[in-house]
Amino acid sequence: MKLEQSKKAELERLAYEIRIAATEAIASRGSGHIGGSLSIADVLAVLYGAVMDYDPKNPKKEDRDKLVCSKGHSGPAVYGTLAVKGFFPYEELKTLNRPGTNLPSHCDRNKTPGVDMTTGSLGQGTSLAVGVALADKLKGLKSRTFLIVGDGEADEGQVWEAAMFTAAKKVNNLVWILDNNKKQLDGYTKDILDTFDFREKFEAFGFDAVRIDGHDLDALYEALTKEATDKPIAIVLDTVKGKGIKEVEETMNNHSMGPDADTFKKWIDGLKAELAALG
Amino acid sequence: MKIVYNKEMDLNFKDVIGKHIPEMAAADDKIVYLDADLANCVGMVPFIKEHPDRGFDCGIAEANMMGIAAGLSSGGFKPIVHTFGPFASRRSFDQVFLSIAYAKNSVTVIGTDPGVTAAMNGGTHMPFEDMALYRSIPDAYVFDVTDTAMLKDLLDQSVNIHGLKYLRVGRKQNCKMYEDGTKFEIGKGVEVCSYGKDVAIIACGIMVAKAIDAAEALKAEGINATVIDMFTVKPLDEALVAKLAKECGAIVTAENHNKIGGLTEAVSAYTAANCPVIVKHVAVEDEFGEVGPQDYLEERFGLTTDTIVREAKAAVAAK
Repeated sequence: MKLEQSKKAELERLAYEIRIAATEAIASRGSGHIGGSLSIADVLAVLYGAVMDYDPKNPKKEDRDKLVCSKGHSGPAVYGTLAVKGFFPYEELKTLNRPGTNLPSHCDRNKTPGVDMTTGSLGQGTSLAVGVALADKLKGLKSRTFLIVGDGEADEGQVWEAAMFTAAKKVNNLVWILDNNKKQLDGYTKDILDTFDFREKFEAFGFDAVRIDGHDLDALYEALTKEATDKPIAIVLDTVKGKGIKEVEETMNNHSMGPDADTFKKWIDGLKAELAALG
Repeated sequence: MKIVYNKEMDLNFKDVIGKHIPEMAAADDKIVYLDADLANCVGMVPFIKEHPDRGFDCGIAEANMMGIAAGLSSGGFKPIVHTFGPFASRRSFDQVFLSIAYAKNSVTVIGTDPGVTAAMNGGTHMPFEDMALYRSIPDAYVFDVTDTAMLKDLLDQSVNIHGLKYLRVGRKQNCKMYEDGTKFEIGKGVEVCSYGKDVAIIACGIMVAKAIDAAEALKAEGINATVIDMFTVKPLDEALVAKLAKECGAIVTAENHNKIGGLTEAVSAYTAANCPVIVKHVAVEDEFGEVGPQDYLEERFGLTTDTIVREAKAAVAAK
């Protein structure tokens, strides 16, 4: 489906709000996984702003659409999204990684309202998402599960075991989203362990696979609202690690960053100014 | 509870698995079954073929299978997962640990061919460490299954218990121990032989029958033993262990597993902290498995009636 322009403006604002929320959460702790959080802010904005069916007041609603963020270290982006959407008070973002928090560095379904699956040990969220989607299918629910996988995470063999299963067993209510932000902790993915062409890989695995600009809201909306045939959908997102904060984008080691408080403030103020300029 | 042990062999576990799980699934539409290309080894291929929406052959991808089972649990299903013990434990340990247990999903894992029962598949397929791995997972249940009556009851109970349950069970026959229909209490060991209080033999799995045989041999020599089937390796029946320690003053454990991490350590850790008593063991002495017929392997690793007799005498002598 095409994205209406009025809706697009709303999603643009939401993407900023998510980036601000995630950065504020990380800033409150002094450091965190900012690069991979910012690279998925746009897809989260489209999912939670226009695509997914959910109820913040009833986060366990059985027939909701579900999100499994298998790159669990991007928790701050997920928490930012959930806070903006009212799953829990915005102020709680400042408890990130504090003792006893409901917002641990990696996503935990037993702690955070709105988090559908516990992830963190890379690769595992893929199989979990298959099970989540399969359960909905067996129950005859129309809901869909959206799975976000990191490009570095795709080094893990389990990712491809789960991909094989998804296509072979026609688990077409599961949408694979691969955040191809080109970097992992130790450097560029092409240098660490070249993944080659993800779209071609997914196609070879039996998916209906597309590759889009992961920061293009129109393209995201169109890909995420496409109805699957028997073949499950895989969407490879070309993204920029740290997207939205120039200094983060330009930092080579931006997987986790912990600048001083003034720098965080400058980043957050910059995002807020850009959001205000949208009107 | 009726003990029917008379050295007769029981049914094949695999035949009972292939019959009982479909019956469970017929009675409870939340039960689903997953296998990793070993369904044929436990008679579950017909179920998977007849119920493609309830039975899933995941292919040779155990880690993925554990994760899918966990995801199905989060959606309200009661997954039963099967593969050989080594693949159900060390091969997929992080997925079992995190995707199932840490994430508080509920899955029943059947690991077949424990210890020397892996026999002709040899060392690569011979788990002497599966209980050690599962015991180290918080809140996990670990059962070493004695016979098919126990298997059926523990499966029936396990699918309705929240959390991670691990059943290590053979595919072929153990000795028949319990009357069909016997109900077991998780966390409660079973006194299967009560000759006296000179020594307590705490056994599990294939070692239970051998422990009873040992008790008979000991009786002939004037040593009266009590034999416990401690199928519930975790949670351990601590109250019973404490009672035996006090009454007998000497314990022998017997398990088809490495002495590290299994029943021996569970009993020893409890007694050391709460009721210090001599604890001798009959277990694998920190070795890898190897290929051969089960009776050869039992001799090779000392998992025999004679070894239990020897260790029981040593325990009594050390009192």
